[in-house]
Amino acid sequence: MVGLEHYLGLAGALFVIGIFGLFLNRKNVIILLMSIELMLLSVNINLVAFSSYLGDMVGQVFTLFVLTVAAAEAAIGLAILVSFFRNRGTIAVEDVNVMKG
Amino acid sequence: MTVADFAFYAFAVTTLVGGLFTVLARNPVHSVLWLIMAFIGSAGLFVVLGAEFLAMLLMIVYVGAVAVLFLFVVMMLDVDFAELKAGMAKYMPLALLIAVVLLMQMGMIYGTWQFADGAEAARRAVTPDMTEVENTAALGQLIYDDYFLLFQLSGLVLLVAMIGAIVLTLRHRKDIKRQDVLAQMYRDPAKALELVDVKPGQGL
Repeated sequence: MVGLEHYLGLAGALFVIGIFGLFLNRKNVIILLMSIELMLLSVNINLVAFSSYLGDMVGQVFTLFVLTVAAAEAAIGLAILVSFFRNRGTIAVEDVNVMKG
Repeated sequence: MTVADFAFYAFAVTTLVGGLFTVLARNPVHSVLWLIMAFIGSAGLFVVLGAEFLAMLLMIVYVGAVAVLFLFVVMMLDVDFAELKAGMAKYMPLALLIAVVLLMQMGMIYGTWQFADGAEAARRAVTPDMTEVENTAALGQLIYDDYFLLFQLSGLVLLVAMIGAIVLTLRHRKDIKRQDVLAQMYRDPAKALELVDVKPGQGL
């Protein structure tokens, strides 16, 4: 069986890929949401790996909750995206300036 | 190299390649498909780690629901994605720099970390022997017993998210015809119907 470091390295690489995606696709909100999903996935891999190697089931319970929140976040994010597209006809991040923030 | 090792490396490569092409792909539809590949790879990793229930949950929730949601939104929005991709080459150096710095920081951590002395003793719920209690049963006992409140609250989070998504996207279009049930039921035959005796050879 491969060591815990392998899983941690994989999860770290996936997290960095997610951040890389955030900086690379800073105009396209859909890819930004997917990058956030990737980062949450890497956190899940970390939690399950620690849970498995330490022999503690609580890590898997937390993974369940992270999964729930990730699903809710994706649904809300895409709903906001759809209503924004209906109002403005674009999803480019730089055009999101209705609130002059 | 055992079968488990081989499975780990296969699923790890699947996950990383899927993740990398999710952020690099030119077409967002391809991005979503690569994302599905990353999810499937990590579901395989969960199976290798012995968390079968979470692996199946990942397949159902992520591949079955979230990724399809992304796919629907990408396909339904009429967006010029080529224009959105235009600045990608410009952002590449900064993104690569940040990625390399973060990777180096994480590599420095991975070289030196170790389990704390009290980690074994501090376990909240020790994983039962897999030959006696399977993963799903052990997780279920934990969720419905120790973490019942959190479990219910996460259900509430999903409910709020569902209501929010519906409220955000629901709209009543004025320019289409809808069924008005009350108007149908209150319709009076005496007013709506008129019997006319048409004489032969005459029109109305």
